[in-house]
Amino acid sequence: MPVEVRLEGLTKVFHSHRESVVAVDRLDLEVEKGELVTLLGPSGCGKTTTLRLVGGFEIPTAGEVYLGGRRVTHLPPQRRDTATVFQSYGLFPHMTVFENVAFGLKVRRLPREEVRRRVREALKLVNLEGLERRYPRELSGGQQQRVALCRALVIEPKVLLFDEPLSNLDAKLRVETREQIRKLQKELGITSLYVTHDQAEAMAISDRIAVMSEGRLQQIGPPYEIYAHPANRFVADFIGRANFLRAVVRGPRDGRVEIELLDGVRLEVPAVADLHEGDEVVAVVRPEAVDILPEGEGDVTATVTFAHYTGSLATYKLALPGGETMEVEVLSPQEKGFLSEGTRVGVRFHRQSVHLLRE
Amino acid sequence: MERYRELRRLVHDPFLLLLVTLVFALLALFIVYPLVRVLATSLFYRGEFNPKYFLQFFQRRYLIRPFLNSLTVGGLVAMLGTIIGFVFAYAVTRTDIPGKSLFKVIATFPIISPPFLIALAAILLLGNHGLITEFLRARFGIDWDIYGLPGLVLTETLAYFPLAFMTLEGVLSGIDPALEESALDLGASRLRTFFKVTLPLATPGIASALLLVFIRSLEDFGNPIVIQGHYPVLTTQAYLAVTGMYNLPLAATLSVILLVPTLLAFVLQRYWVSRRSYVTVTGRPTPSSLKATTPGLKWGLFAVLCVLSGIILLFYGLVFYGSLTRMWGLDNTLTLENFRYVFSTGLDYLLDTLKIAGMATPIGGILAVVIAYLVTRKRFPGRGLMDFLSMLNFAIPGTIVGIGYILAFHNPPFQLTGTAAIIALVFIFRRMPVGIREAVAMLQQVDPAIEEAAVDLGAGFARAFRRIVLPLISPAFISGMVYIFVRCVTAISAVVFVVSAQWQLITVALLHEVDNADLSQAAAYGVVIILVVLGVILLLDNVLGRLILRRWQRAR
Repeated sequence: MPVEVRLEGLTKVFHSHRESVVAVDRLDLEVEKGELVTLLGPSGCGKTTTLRLVGGFEIPTAGEVYLGGRRVTHLPPQRRDTATVFQSYGLFPHMTVFENVAFGLKVRRLPREEVRRRVREALKLVNLEGLERRYPRELSGGQQQRVALCRALVIEPKVLLFDEPLSNLDAKLRVETREQIRKLQKELGITSLYVTHDQAEAMAISDRIAVMSEGRLQQIGPPYEIYAHPANRFVADFIGRANFLRAVVRGPRDGRVEIELLDGVRLEVPAVADLHEGDEVVAVVRPEAVDILPEGEGDVTATVTFAHYTGSLATYKLALPGGETMEVEVLSPQEKGFLSEGTRVGVRFHRQSVHLLRE
Repeated sequence: MERYRELRRLVHDPFLLLLVTLVFALLALFIVYPLVRVLATSLFYRGEFNPKYFLQFFQRRYLIRPFLNSLTVGGLVAMLGTIIGFVFAYAVTRTDIPGKSLFKVIATFPIISPPFLIALAAILLLGNHGLITEFLRARFGIDWDIYGLPGLVLTETLAYFPLAFMTLEGVLSGIDPALEESALDLGASRLRTFFKVTLPLATPGIASALLLVFIRSLEDFGNPIVIQGHYPVLTTQAYLAVTGMYNLPLAATLSVILLVPTLLAFVLQRYWVSRRSYVTVTGRPTPSSLKATTPGLKWGLFAVLCVLSGIILLFYGLVFYGSLTRMWGLDNTLTLENFRYVFSTGLDYLLDTLKIAGMATPIGGILAVVIAYLVTRKRFPGRGLMDFLSMLNFAIPGTIVGIGYILAFHNPPFQLTGTAAIIALVFIFRRMPVGIREAVAMLQQVDPAIEEAAVDLGAGFARAFRRIVLPLISPAFISGMVYIFVRCVTAISAVVFVVSAQWQLITVALLHEVDNADLSQAAAYGVVIILVVLGVILLLDNVLGRLILRRWQRAR
């Protein structure tokens, strides 16, 4: 697939009275045609600034932006073939739904009939037929969101930019809408760059996720890859929950590697490159990647120090004999029996899910 | 690098580039250049550096006296005006006296009418042939009139206390009454609460009001020219230097001397006092439960407000009455003769005024909105400079602007003296800052994503501005235009220098009548001015406003 968006060494420094803040720091990123890439990170990580640099709303301090192989760094937004779905939607309050959606087409001087046809088709696509004459204020939040999406889609941009488009919707609508966005994006094959701080949203919607922190790209890859093989502690911690257990490498074994935890437990886990005997590593263990067994079974015996029940899940904190604690989630606790604090249990690690980090 | 990229970006938005260039050219020519000419004229003589009037400043009475007089009047007016303004503001925000909105309306009279109408009314009452003067002379044989310092202080205080009132009303209503209630609750007396809580919290606002009124008093030309008697101030002395002696270096020097305290006060107000504000803007202040005042205080304040409002009403009433008399003080029989005079002999002045105001208003209004938009929403090299230059005339007395315009535009290449254009230009560039501020305030309430969406969808600057920005800030656009128009019809201090035989203004005509002691005719001009102002406010605000707003309001 050809590359549609390419960012090269993209850097943005904001200057205020006293200090300079590096919002985006030498970012390299490629988005392939038809792909949806999410920029994910905590607030202030530079993801929205990156999106605005691609849209042309900010001028980069250094680096270049390429759209479809063409350098556009010097072009203002109206000369770029992008369309943005804004967090606050940015609907024109003095125009009807129809006029809002038609705006970009009229700018392109399309014949009146074609404008009408395309607006109608686009509104149908997002289930807004019949609301053409309404003003934005007369619409629900979800409808406003769809008008914003529709207005961006209708001009058939090379790249769609989403700036936390679901953050103003309630939780249930958010899930519905993100499914709808993903479906449309796939059907129409529109290259998309999507900004969110919600990792579940990112996991659900993306072809690839680019995790950012402090202006830097931490890792980029498919959701599965990011979750299973986080590149560092930040990514492991930000995507899902993670326990970090200290361990020492005891030696490679048939394409795998044996590690020893503080408790003396030895596990054979998938290898990562460049590990040598005696290296100190951190084992990333997801809360769901262990089994709770009766005391005496499994790899090690632990004590429940905290128990929390939320219906579908039970969350326990376990004190391991080596002095570390770890968080464990057990699905459908009704089936397995809810454990009370102080209970001693056996723990078995899922070998295949343990991911090693060197620090 | 980023700067360079901003510049390159401009090239790809030719309309924006054109506009930025045009605005800078206009600001340079009509704001910076006249100022530079005034400074140069005060410092150079026949091409050589010779600041002779500055060097003689302490020796020459005609230099030092107006300076001291201006400061004296300014100081007194600032104090009295701020005290009255505070009383008004306190009564309106901290008590439940009846007729609040009426008091507010009366307090805005001096702001929207030509301020020197108050001086005219004072003369009708206390001048040579004033009602009270004549009474005192006939009954007690006392020969006293108001000209000079007392007249200046009286008229300017009445003319400019509304400014202090409006400033302090904002400040006081921003102070959460819960703070005063807490003090009372903790056992402090009402007096103690006032002095230990209310007053300290309002101090930055009071300082701000003092400085603003001080500036206005220093800049005032209309009242002094009418009522100063033998007590010359800087503005009138500079005017005299131009019209009486045709001594432009002297006039330039006087106006620069005027500039120093004005600018100082402005800088102090803008960058020091306003930074110290304790008022936190967190939405609407909670409605006061008004526990901090006793009934005695409440009705006391009410009485004071009634008296002051009564004086203002009396003064404006006098102007109306005066306009209907044959020859004020000598023959007070009623007649409509003066209005026939105004609409025959004075008709040219009125039409000139309306024509010039009609030119200046839309141009100034659009320019204000464009500049406001550029400086708040666009990025280009020199944005900060544009912001500064466009607001500069706000801090500069009209006298300097007027003298600057004669100096700058008397000779080629920019020969404009004697034209309507020069008067219109004075109006536009002097009154634009208020329009800019209103538009900026309004723009700050418009989600930037709305314009970004327009640009994102392919609209260039021109389209995004015309189709999106302008409709959204049309209320500010309209009220900015109303302001400019009203100021055009009531202005005097700067334009008095640039009127000519071909193009006269009604305010100048009024002053001529005062000069000729034709007070009744002067009053008739005053009445016409007031009616025009009221008419335009109603027209622009209601009719035009509604037309433009209808669509947008429907959207709400």
